[in-house]
Parts: sequence; C-alpha cells; structure tokens
Amino acid sequence: MSNYFHQGAACPLAVDNVDTDQIIPKQFLTGVSREGFGEALFYDWRYREDGTKNPDFVLNKPQFNEASVLVAGHNFGCGSSREHAPWALAQFGFKVIVASSFADIFYRNCINNKLLPARVTANALESIQQSISDSADSQQARQISVDLKNQELILANGEVFSFELAFSDREQLLNDNDFIGMAEQYADAIDRYEDSRANDAPWFMPQSFAV
Amino acid sequence: MGMTLYEKIYQQHKVATMNDSTDLLYIDFHFIHEVTSPQAFAGLKQAGRDVRNPVATLATMDHNISTQNRRIDGAGDVSRQQLTALKQHCDEFRIPLLDITHRDQGIVHVIGPEQGITQPGMTIVCGDSHTSTHGAFGALAFGIGTSEVEHVLATQTLPQQRAKSMKVQVDGQLPAGVTAKDVILAVIGKVGTAGGSGYVVEYCGEAIESMDMEERMTICNMTIEMGAKAGLIAPDEVTFSYLEGRPRAPSAQQWHRAKARWKTLKSDADATFDKTVVLDAGSIRPQITWGTSPEQVMALTDRVPDPTQFDTSDLQRSVADALHYMGLTPGSALQDYPVDVVFIGSCTNSRLVDLRQAAAVVKGGRVAPHVRALVVPGSAQVKREAEAEGLADIFKAAGFEWREPGCSMCLAMNDDIVPAGKRCVSTSNRNFEGRQGRMARTHLASPAVAVSAAIHGYLSSTPLVSGEGLI
Repeated sequence: MSNYFHQGAACPLAVDNVDTDQIIPKQFLTGVSREGFGEALFYDWRYREDGTKNPDFVLNKPQFNEASVLVAGHNFGCGSSREHAPWALAQFGFKVIVASSFADIFYRNCINNKLLPARVTANALESIQQSISDSADSQQARQISVDLKNQELILANGEVFSFELAFSDREQLLNDNDFIGMAEQYADAIDRYEDSRANDAPWFMPQSFAV
Repeated sequence: MGMTLYEKIYQQHKVATMNDSTDLLYIDFHFIHEVTSPQAFAGLKQAGRDVRNPVATLATMDHNISTQNRRIDGAGDVSRQQLTALKQHCDEFRIPLLDITHRDQGIVHVIGPEQGITQPGMTIVCGDSHTSTHGAFGALAFGIGTSEVEHVLATQTLPQQRAKSMKVQVDGQLPAGVTAKDVILAVIGKVGTAGGSGYVVEYCGEAIESMDMEERMTICNMTIEMGAKAGLIAPDEVTFSYLEGRPRAPSAQQWHRAKARWKTLKSDADATFDKTVVLDAGSIRPQITWGTSPEQVMALTDRVPDPTQFDTSDLQRSVADALHYMGLTPGSALQDYPVDVVFIGSCTNSRLVDLRQAAAVVKGGRVAPHVRALVVPGSAQVKREAEAEGLADIFKAAGFEWREPGCSMCLAMNDDIVPAGKRCVSTSNRNFEGRQGRMARTHLASPAVAVSAAIHGYLSSTPLVSGEGLI
C-alpha cells in the first residue's frame, strides 16, 4: 500500500480569486442530492453558450483529462459557502487543490469532503505552476505525490514543497472518523453547557417558535 | 491581558477542547434555507440521527423563489422540488418554517434581526456566507457548508479553530450622501478580497457608532467579501433600542438582565488585535465597482483604471481581464456607459432604511426608458412597512417593478436574471463573472447610486449631493 495520501497528474489553473460562482454556477444548486455536480464544474469556462465544449479551457484539453491535482492561484474558492463547489471538484476527479491561499469556508468544506486544500507559499506555487507548464504534454512528468503525514508535495522532477495544514484537519483527512460522531462523544459536556446556559442566560435558550 | 469581543464570545461558547487546534463551540441559533440544507437532512436520515434542538433552528424560503408571485412553483418545477423538500424536512424534524406565504417570510439575514432572534453575544450560523450580517448586533455569526449544517442540526455545536482578530476603525463623520455601502466597499478596496482571510473583523470608530442598525448590517454583511470569517460591531444603545419589543427579543422580565450582560460585550481597552486598518470617513466618496471582484472598486467620480498602472504582471493581467469582461475602457468616465438593469435588494440593502434612502433619491424622477429597474424588499414585513409609508407608490410611479421578498437578482437562481452583455447596477454584494447571469456585467453600489443610475440611464457621473442623498 502506498505511503502517499494521493498520487496523480496535475493540471494548472493559474487564476487568482477563483470564486465559487465560477466553480459551480448557481443554476446547478437546485438539486436535493450531493451527486451530479462534476459535469457542471467551471461550467461557464468549460462550455460555450451553445453548450459545446470550449477547447481553449485547460480542463477540456486532452492531456489534462486524467488530472486529479488542481494547481490553482491565490485565494481559491472565495465567495459563497456552497459545499457544491468541493462536491463538483471531487466528482470531476480532483483529490487535491494546491493554492497559495484558500477562502476560509471553502477550505473547511474541502476538509469535510476529504478533498485536500494544500496551502503553499506564493514562491512554491509559482515553481509548481512552472514545472507543470514545462511538462504539459507528459502526464508522468506532471505527477505529484502527496505525503500528508509530512505535509509535502513531491514533484516528478524530485522537487519537494511543504504545505500548511492544521493538525486536526490532517487527522480528519487521514482517518475515517465520523465528523458528527466525534462531537457526539462530548454529549455530556453539551448537556452541561446547555444547563448552565439556561440558568446563566435564559434569554439565549430558544423557546418554541409558533409559526 | 485584555480580550477582544470575538475572543469573549468564543470563550463563552466553548463546550470542550477537542485537540490542540480545535474547540467544540456551542451554536445558539441556526438559520436554514432551501439551497444548502436538503443534503444535510438526507445525511441525518441516512445515519438515523435526529435534530437535537429543533426550536434552535429557523427555516425560510428565499434563494430560489419567485419574486413575482407567492406560488411554490413560481420559479419553475426544479425550484418547487427544492422548496417542497424543505417543507417536508421541516415537518419531519419539527423545525419552524417561514414558508413562501408566511407573513414573516423573507431573506434569511433580514428576518433574523427583524424578529429579534439575532442578539448580542450569540453564536449564529447558516449555510450562507452572508451570515456575517448578524455580527452587527455583536453576535459571532458566520457561514457554513452543508456538512456543518448537518453537524449543527445533530449536535447544536461546531468544531472551530480560533481565528485571528482584525480591527477596522472608521474615524470621523461621513460626508452627506455617503452611505454604509460606500464605507464597506471602500474598506474592501483597501483590504482586498483576501485581506481578511483567517480573521474575524471588529468594526469601530465614530462613523460606525453613528450608524443605525440597518447600516451596521450592511457593513457586517460584506465582511465575507474581504475573505474574513465574520464581522462584529460592539452592541450599544442603538442595538438595544432596535431590539427592544421585537417578537423574539428577551421578555420584559428578562430585558434588564440581558441588557446588563450585553453591555459587557466589547473589546477591552488593552485587547490586542493581530491587524488594524484605519480609514478616514471624511475622505470616503460614493463608491461603485468597476471589475469582477468587490475589491475592484472606485469612487463614482474617478476614471476607470488603467491596467498598466498596477504593480505586477499578474495584477495587470487580472485588471485587463476584468475590464474586458465588463466592457470598460481604461481612463474613461463612468457617465459614458449606459445601464440596462438596476436591482435594489439582497441581504445587503433591502431593509426599510435602504428603501427610504432609495425613495428619497427618486424625487419625482422616472426610470430611463431603456432601463429595467426592480425593487425587491428583504422580507414580507419590510414590504408591508414600505407600502404603508408610501415608498412602494414612489417606486411604482417612477417605473420601478415592486416585487415580493426574496434573494432575487443577487444570485439569479430564480428567473430574475441579467441578460448576457447587459450592465446592471446592483445593491447586492458580489460582482463575480456570471453571478447575475451568464456574461452579465455587475456594478455594486448603494441604493442611492443605483436609483441615480436608473433615472439617468447611465453609470452616473458626479452626482449632486444633497442632505437626503444623491440625485
């Protein structure tokens, strides 16, 4: 079994401030399930107005159709809290997003969906982008291995770049813990908190709201 | 050492320490709507979990509804399915719902404050990034994703990592005709769209303290647009008088005790902020965005920027791309550009005070013949009050469409869409590419500037400033 969290070919999207409206436009938020978002990823960039694919967009280029690591820009995922954005990225096939910064809510949504938001320095990002661009036609040369325990990205050319990740986020990605189950272990503490709150600040405890 | 307001609220809500970097925080109140909740309910059912405290959540229909009528299928069948799912889930899990015909229905971040649910010192979450709005009351309020919606429904808590603190101080008094929307756009222009990332922002200073609650909500609403987690304003007498007597505010017998507690909710004099940003209120002019990010903003009287004047090649490229998308020429004046659509509404600017500001600018004018202009009140209550005051009549007489409450053209999930290539002046909060419709061009501005644009028919040049606003 591999020691790596993920190994896969990278795809460059060297655009800063990519917002969640671009990642998954609002007309695709009307469903009630978590499925079916991959085809709508970057819809306005991937498709022309007549519905045909835009051949100039990076994800439509044949050499990138197996990519599972998206190397983005600065402030990736800004805007709305829609978790549909990481759903779309994951369902398209991405396992890792590399950027020099992520919007806070998007970052959290990624962690909760086992999608790694790997935050690197601006200089490191530039080097990674350059390396991918230089080897655009070779999937093997664009391979990135992700060592989650040591928080390192290992490029095919041997270059190694560290990325930032909070301890608890790393644990959540490494382990198959039930996100809600973790909090349910503190059920007694939650009960105690509510009891003390009811005495200390009763106006905070919501009463039945007759609507 | 002293504590910031954020640190106080965070500390007061800590249920447990989960590990070195994460605490379990108690969530006092949770708002949900039709778009980001269905999958959360599905997750609960799949895991066989119940909602821990149904009355600590309130549901409303707002994002995906028609603003032309109150039919559940008014925005189409796909929308109807989502709205029906919300109703079924609320029935099943005993969650109160303000459905499309309810007298208190409205945009989620409008109804919370007007009902008195939003109170100082609370923690409030919603599957919507503009939850930061509620921070105007000195509540720690932030947007969450659907997995976290499910977590709050199941446990009434959320794992959290402590954010850094930023102080944004707006000193002095605002010039006549300059609004809260202009202030927050100026702040975002200075801090940048990612400058607040990892921070909770506290707004202070004379200009902030002199604002009414609706204006403070506009400020906190757009905190997310600079990347920050939440925005806060310390509660004061303005806050208390707004809340007193509202349906869900503390009862008369608890009021004095609550108010005494709320008065302690301010940053200590010796509190340390990780970052401080200071603006001079007197130098702020009416603002309008020129690009495809809220940070790409300028004074209404300035000229469209030239990409070559920016420092780095990356910035030059992104500015050039934005100008190309927006159809603007570097160095040109805004009065050269005709407007096609004007939208007054959204959780940023759809409250009664906003509509009063807008109506004051109409002053007997008429919407230009080539402009389609909509006014969408933020809630059924705002709509009733605006109609009772005669504001609706002013708008209708001037040629504005007077709509039912909802999110509408802010995110264009329903049928309120800006056509491709058309230019919209909008009182909403985001001007991203395609936000209001594929290839739509959005300029964010205050209600006063938006009305001025609707009447002049152009991205107005130097507006005349009067005591009542812009004309």
